[in-house]
Amino acid sequence: MTIVNNKESRRRVLKSMAATAGAVAAASFVPVRFAIGQQAKVKLGLMLPYTGTYAALGKNIDDALRLAISEKGGKLGGRDIEYVTLDDESEPAKGSENANKLVSRDKVDFLIGTVHSGVVMAMVKVARDTDTMLIIPNGGVSAATRELCAPNIFRTSFSNWQPAYAMGKVAADQGKKRAVVISWDYAAGKESTDAFTESFTKGGGKTEKELFLPFPGVEFQPLLTEIASVKPDVVYAFFAGGGAVKFVKDYAAAGLKASIPLVGPGFLTDGTLEGQGDAAQGMETTLHYADGLTFPKNLAFRAAFKKATSRDADVYAVQGYDTGTLLLSGLGAVKGDVKARQALVGAMEKTAFDSPRGKFTLSKAHNPVQDFYLRKVQGLENRYVSIAIKALADPATGCKMG
Amino acid sequence: MNANSNLERMLMIGGLILLAIFPLLAGKFYLQLFAKIMIMAIFAMSLDLLVGFTGLVSFGHAAFYGVGAYALWLASPKYAATSLYLSLPLAMAASAVAALVIGLLVLRSSGVYFIMVTLAFAQMFFYYVTGAKWLGGSDGVYIYVKPDAALFGWTPFSLENAASFYYLVLLALAATYLVLRLLAGSLFGHALRGIRGNEPRMRALGFATFGYKLAAFVVAGSLAGLAGYLDAAQYGFVTPDFFGWRLSGVVLMMVILGGMGTLYGPVLGAFALVLLQDSLSDATRHWLLPMGIFIILAVLLLPQGIGGLLRRREAEDG
Amino acid sequence: MADSFTFFLIQILNGVQEGLLLFLVASGLTLVFGIMGIINLAHGSFYMLGAYLAFALAAATGNLLVAIMLAIPLALAIGLALEFLLFRHLYRRDHLYQVLLTYGLILVFEESRSLVFGDDVHGVAIPRFLDFSIPLTANLSYPAYRLAMSAVCLLVAGAMWLLIAKTRLGMAIRAGATNREMVQSLGIDIAWVYRAVFALGVALAAFAGMIAAPVASVFPGMGNQILIISFVVVVIGGIGSIKGAFLGSLLIGLADTFGQVLVPQLAGMTVYVLMAAVLVWRPAGLFGSRAA
Repeated sequence: MTIVNNKESRRRVLKSMAATAGAVAAASFVPVRFAIGQQAKVKLGLMLPYTGTYAALGKNIDDALRLAISEKGGKLGGRDIEYVTLDDESEPAKGSENANKLVSRDKVDFLIGTVHSGVVMAMVKVARDTDTMLIIPNGGVSAATRELCAPNIFRTSFSNWQPAYAMGKVAADQGKKRAVVISWDYAAGKESTDAFTESFTKGGGKTEKELFLPFPGVEFQPLLTEIASVKPDVVYAFFAGGGAVKFVKDYAAAGLKASIPLVGPGFLTDGTLEGQGDAAQGMETTLHYADGLTFPKNLAFRAAFKKATSRDADVYAVQGYDTGTLLLSGLGAVKGDVKARQALVGAMEKTAFDSPRGKFTLSKAHNPVQDFYLRKVQGLENRYVSIAIKALADPATGCKMG
Repeated sequence: MNANSNLERMLMIGGLILLAIFPLLAGKFYLQLFAKIMIMAIFAMSLDLLVGFTGLVSFGHAAFYGVGAYALWLASPKYAATSLYLSLPLAMAASAVAALVIGLLVLRSSGVYFIMVTLAFAQMFFYYVTGAKWLGGSDGVYIYVKPDAALFGWTPFSLENAASFYYLVLLALAATYLVLRLLAGSLFGHALRGIRGNEPRMRALGFATFGYKLAAFVVAGSLAGLAGYLDAAQYGFVTPDFFGWRLSGVVLMMVILGGMGTLYGPVLGAFALVLLQDSLSDATRHWLLPMGIFIILAVLLLPQGIGGLLRRREAEDG
Repeated sequence: MADSFTFFLIQILNGVQEGLLLFLVASGLTLVFGIMGIINLAHGSFYMLGAYLAFALAAATGNLLVAIMLAIPLALAIGLALEFLLFRHLYRRDHLYQVLLTYGLILVFEESRSLVFGDDVHGVAIPRFLDFSIPLTANLSYPAYRLAMSAVCLLVAGAMWLLIAKTRLGMAIRAGATNREMVQSLGIDIAWVYRAVFALGVALAAFAGMIAAPVASVFPGMGNQILIISFVVVVIGGIGSIKGAFLGSLLIGLADTFGQVLVPQLAGMTVYVLMAAVLVWRPAGLFGSRAA
């Protein structure tokens, strides 16, 4: 039984649909952007998660980056800025296509992004293939500043190895001997758990079992039961966003919180404490940022961010802010001449960051060399306890620079 | 059938000429876009052999696409190029083998079971690769250097050049079309159509229908592998999503909407869907909504797809 | 060791709970498949619909139970509307077109969800009176809500069996499954039987989404995973067989749970390997009566 029985009218409907489709397709050929004007703007291509699990993180990075630049007059090296934003939807499969859109079609001067490590890898490849400047404001995939490092690739956040390595040392120093590690089955997760195991083993401990589940699954029940059956001294978990909220809550609901301490990198408890509530209280994590850091720069930054966005700053905002600082430093030194590549890169490398997280510099592989703090959850804050490791640098294995 | 093939021949030659001169007009971004469309067209035509000609609705055709793509990665040394003339046949052979194995298992089922079982096997590949560290897992793997077209020391072209890559894909598209056209017109093709119409009758007539279906399955799988190989070569990034059911769904859509059983229908379907997607996705983030509505309306109003429209006009005029 | 045996039992409990929830979704699918001969790829979207309805209504009323009671009639109404507007045009069409139309429907559902609810991940609070855990071993407790979920699923399964085996509607359904023309010629309005069955299927899947929301979270794409697994359940159990769907769901729940723990590298695959094995042995599924 068909809706439209009349052949003629069916054809008419179809012809008009086809015509529309054709018109739309033809329209896509008309160049929408054409450059007017003398002093062209510096084009910043922000490829971030504006929707989905990591949306809040993407927004904080974007807002803080713009804040950093506006604080110093809103120009880079004397030039105005054009922001081109693109939602990466945290989809590694679309990463290459999206990055190519920004580079080949929109012709950005700087590619900036992103949060999800899988997407970062796609951006790194495109940046290397097209020799475009890339600044990573979060994604900690180690390869970006190890075997895939390049003069045009910078990172202002961390490598997944760093906070995990710090936590492993803390756990070993506390006398823990047996650990279980658990995470999502993707690059960031595995790098994190491997790094924890590395320093934990160095300190005399042993990782009894590694548990993984596909990203972004949150059905932890069988794995929690397995953890209980192994009975380790400590559980190290790497999850972020919604997954972190759920895991910490489920961990407590399974009664494990009482007997087996749960630790992780700061992402386990950053921006998630409201959702986790009681389940997270007393948890220890390591990160290059914490609540209660008294650096004057931190206090000023938090106040400014709150004023500009009505939200509290978090580590993602700090990283976005420092990305702005890096851009200001580099483009300021070359007076906005993006084409002076060597001078630009040289200036960026030498940037002395006076960051809300403390002072830090960049390693030869362009990854931050920074202090990692031990924090403890108190109420809705990750309170600074002590410095876990000072000036920790990622080993940058396989990086051929410097 | 003859009136049909006149129009078809005109369309194909016209289309080929347009595609051949395209690189003279378009920039790199659009060359890459059209290469991508042609790759999907090859993929869709290969599925049409199953769906349109043999009546086998496979919802797991992406399985062979993925095999072709990962075959390129496996054949490529980490930072050097593999030979085009070795890796491409290898990829097609690998997908053919995969299709043979899977075909032996799934072709015993029919109807709805067949649809589901093909989907399930594609999922099996997906989950296996997602969990396998040696295959890169869920993050996918990178091919840093495109295959090299060097032959006895002479390099006729470089695939790093967008126009050269485009022409290679165009060549593959034309070749695929010709091969399938020839098969369709042969006894083999007629047997397939007979199986689609009434399989028990074909068996009664003495045809070993299982063998014919298996052969079609293997040919279709091998061509899907060719498409997957080219996709991997173009962007240099392969993920388990290459085996994904969404991809199987999209290519099935292209075949059905474009017009199954016609070969040029799926090509039209590929162009229409990808161009629609590319232009709509810039207009709104929620472009899948009008796309979904379009599909629903098309099914309700259009039993034979866009290609069927042309065919019916032919039948009326001729 | 008594200890590992205890954990073994707890994992069985986990697997059964997963299977029971899956049964709610798969039973709706197999009914629609078996009675009306329709492949519905959008079935997972109904699961998602239920979860989002529960999330929105719970946020508005502050109470999950109230939300569920409001959401069920909504889901039924949506099911009836969909059947009337779209699905009744599919009965005579080729499976191919059913696949295509329902695929388009998935896209429409997903994007509408994105427009109305956004793309964030949402949590739904467990009702206060169920928000506690029962200690099972020295260090492991089992959330009471999960036990409640399993109990509810069993109740629904029992109610379905009663409906199909002991009521007139059930008789019409069973008859319609084997011979629709005969049923029609007996004067039973088959159109309304179909409508009721379809709405029931939608409501079942939506209900599953509603009760699962607190433990599974509410997020985009949640329908897709369960859709495919439901199809596997239906294929294993046999199209149109509720008994088959029940057994198939439990089998899959157990396989998936133990697969995750025993062979984590191949975890996602166990379900499909199981399906392949069943099909080699029984090409029409365990209880399949039709060679579809």
